[in-house]
Amino acid sequence: MSTSASDLLLPDFSSHPAHNGKYAPPIAGSCPAFFPEKVSRTDSAHLDALEAQSIYLIREAFHHFKNLCMPWSMGKDSNVLIWLSRKAFGGHIPYPLLHIDTTYEFPEMLVYRDWAVRYHDLNLIVKINEDARAGTGDYAERGPIGYETADPVTVTHELKTAALQQVMAEHQWSALITGIRRDEDPTRAKERYFSPRNKDFEWDYKDQPPEFWNQFTTSCAAGEHVRVQALLDWSERDIWLYIQKEGIPIPHMYFAREGKDGKKYRFRSLGCWPISGPVESEADTIDKIIDELAVTTTSERAGRAQDHHERNAMQKLRAKGFM
Amino acid sequence: MSSVSSVPVSLAPGQTSRLRVVFVGHVDHGKSTLIGRIFFDTNSLPDGKVEQIQKACAEEGMDFEYAFLLDALLEEQEQNITIDTTQIQFKTAKRPYVIIDAPGHKEFLKNMITGAASADAAVLLIAANEGVQEQSRRHGYLLSLLGIKQVVVAVNKMDLVGYSQEIFDAVQTEYLAFLARIGVEARAFVPISARNGVNVAGRTPEVGAPNPMLWYTGPTVLEMLDTFEPPAPLVAMPLRLPIQDVYRFDDRRLLVGRIESGTLKVGDALVFSPNNKTSVVASIENWSGPHRSQALAGESVAITLKEQIFVQRGHIASHEETAPIESNRFKARLFWMGKRPLTVGQTYKLKLATQELDAEVVSVERVIDASTLETVTGERPFINRNDVAEVTLQTRGALVMDNHDRNPFMGRFVIVDERQVAGGGIIHGGVYSDRTKVKSANIYWSEGNVLPRNRTLRNGHRGAVVWLTGLSGSGKSTIARQIERELFNAGRQVYVLDGDNIRHGLNSNLGFAPEDRVENIRRVAEVATLMADAGLIVVTAFISPYLQDRRRAREIVLEGGHEFAEIYVDAPLAVCEARDVKGLYKRARAGEIEEFTGISAPYEAPENPELRVQTELLTLEESVSAVLEYVVPRVRAVSEDDIAI
Repeated sequence: MSTSASDLLLPDFSSHPAHNGKYAPPIAGSCPAFFPEKVSRTDSAHLDALEAQSIYLIREAFHHFKNLCMPWSMGKDSNVLIWLSRKAFGGHIPYPLLHIDTTYEFPEMLVYRDWAVRYHDLNLIVKINEDARAGTGDYAERGPIGYETADPVTVTHELKTAALQQVMAEHQWSALITGIRRDEDPTRAKERYFSPRNKDFEWDYKDQPPEFWNQFTTSCAAGEHVRVQALLDWSERDIWLYIQKEGIPIPHMYFAREGKDGKKYRFRSLGCWPISGPVESEADTIDKIIDELAVTTTSERAGRAQDHHERNAMQKLRAKGFM
Repeated sequence: MSSVSSVPVSLAPGQTSRLRVVFVGHVDHGKSTLIGRIFFDTNSLPDGKVEQIQKACAEEGMDFEYAFLLDALLEEQEQNITIDTTQIQFKTAKRPYVIIDAPGHKEFLKNMITGAASADAAVLLIAANEGVQEQSRRHGYLLSLLGIKQVVVAVNKMDLVGYSQEIFDAVQTEYLAFLARIGVEARAFVPISARNGVNVAGRTPEVGAPNPMLWYTGPTVLEMLDTFEPPAPLVAMPLRLPIQDVYRFDDRRLLVGRIESGTLKVGDALVFSPNNKTSVVASIENWSGPHRSQALAGESVAITLKEQIFVQRGHIASHEETAPIESNRFKARLFWMGKRPLTVGQTYKLKLATQELDAEVVSVERVIDASTLETVTGERPFINRNDVAEVTLQTRGALVMDNHDRNPFMGRFVIVDERQVAGGGIIHGGVYSDRTKVKSANIYWSEGNVLPRNRTLRNGHRGAVVWLTGLSGSGKSTIARQIERELFNAGRQVYVLDGDNIRHGLNSNLGFAPEDRVENIRRVAEVATLMADAGLIVVTAFISPYLQDRRRAREIVLEGGHEFAEIYVDAPLAVCEARDVKGLYKRARAGEIEEFTGISAPYEAPENPELRVQTELLTLEESVSAVLEYVVPRVRAVSEDDIAI
């Protein structure tokens, strides 16, 4: 069949500027997704508990907010969210997914995106802040926004948060199911499962609503929205253990490839290619990634330039609506 | 492709379930410092974090503070107090931990509750130099209210009192007496200096340094934490499966929810409270693997039933012999965090598991000072922010519950005010209602016109018209009466319009000629719209044979701003004629009745009804379930903005 996911193969990206640096291009002609070998573990009680809570949260979100959407970055956490959604709804995903395309995506990730749409039968909405990239409309005076001309915090805000605001205004979603985790960043550690945002997407982290006994903030005024953070309790290591336990397909870029300098590199966190740095790593299997996480003392988002551009950059980005 | 390895791989040591520990205590007694110290001592910090904090402290002109490792937000560093619950992980040789740092300021009670309610264990800090303070007692009391039994008391800042055993003993004696009064048993009192790292992980500030408290031989804080265990799911308890939703994405009808206690097996007979319908579990579905024969407490499941009965969110599935309490009036101990006082007689939304009901506080028996445990005041008509009180509550419709000491998941509830969870309570004993007292306790607090949304808020649902159409004898009236009974039992405002109450009064001047039929239906539609305006779910049961009339009825109702659902009660003419309950078909065939639909007058079947119910194939119960399943979600007051148009 022409729409089968298995027909989609990776082309040759060796001349793409994203691969000028340390991380080698993928093998042309291979499947865009990596299928982990399922491993059953003797003690997965804590993964079962995390899964049960996430499914509960996703079902609560769907019940209380009929008009909702699930942002999908194509990364590992995002793919776990797809998996949990399908588990929650008996194989179906009863809401659209949203990819905010900055136009700086790694080329193999875009192929992965098309593959996943077919494989999981996703209703995917792709949003690009076209005016910002072209320097038209609201951006006519400032000119085009991109990493070539602006700092990473500005670009992240305009191409991700502003794009999200535009597409939210268009679809009037009252809830977003996100894949952020408490262990990623100190500001995310303070999040609620159901976290309200005002009309301007602002997060009032100083006065958050109470949340306990699995009772949440389940309504909001018109124009406001609630972020349902279904993976809040998971750690990076949990994500990998779960991907392995369930055999969840993911992109190849988390696995080590030999770079031009002869050393091996992989990505722990994926973002725009001009500002995402791979880490030196021998981990080319999930087992090795899990072993690596047990001893590493660098933070997961260390390779994401926008977080470290200035002191409290992440806090400022998030207060303005960034995930 | 993927496959399952034949040999199970054991998890790395330490990858057992995490323990969630909340840190509470009076402001400035050193919670954040202790947590920072634990992170430092267990080597749980990312590279460069200590250096980063050192740099930040230098920028602010301060000495290095362990507390800043947590207080990553700029504002907090400026104010030097913790402002919200933070959750971060660390691990000891035994297992991983999630630390919940709860703030000590009185106005931040809600954050402490948010943090502490999910904790498995608690570390309560008391500074040795200041001794037991109001918040020390208050937090201890809230831990007991939240049901946290694994508590270690860390007596901090021992360095400021010369590591004096005498002072430590005095604090321990005083606080033990308080804990005894609230029924909390501290597992240990540990004298520590968080700043200097004494009795946190190690016993001395650094390796080889002298132990300043040789007189203390008990466990360190971390040793004590390692003795605690996460609570096991309540597998051995009676089954409680609060229904979260009913899905029909494909040909399966899935009932979903999390099993809060007990065990569920395929073949089990379940009873759904409060409507007491029963059915048998046909399957426990599993999208990504083989279906299972049983599921345990803690699991989020999707099940199918053998007989399709009416089930909706908020129903609680249990086994028949161990069903929960069902009542609309009960006593509770309640804490309030709302911006406005909780007022007797005012209607609030109460949530218990997946149930959502309107509720009001009937009486406040007494307000308790959580730090002294004294009764602050006897009966009074409101509860202030930060109060704890004994109250009696009344719900609109039956609430399904357990006593908290028996099943915490079904024995605790929250109250919503201004869209936010504003209070919580634990139930200790449901009592039967005294209906005469309730009516007089109703207080009307609003002024001005009563708006549709006021009615929706009061009723918990919107007005609507459910229009049943079909041949005489198809089952319209029977279904309508049963829907009325079900909705009424569920606390909804509902009324049936049919030939019995319309033809003899309002429409007594109309016959069965086509023009009379048109007028008959027009009047019914208008009356139904008025009743929907009044907030009712109106079920109409008329043959209403003409497409055009039903289209007009729909327009009238929609123009009135209400939901309209056309339900085609479908049975073949031969079946209806065979039923012929009132002998009308017989008389029509004999020519005694003129213009009888199906015999001597046409019936125009709906082309696009909201629902078609084939009564020849379904039981009455199945037909009613199908209609309710369609209607109930559509009249629900989803959220406040839904009705704030």
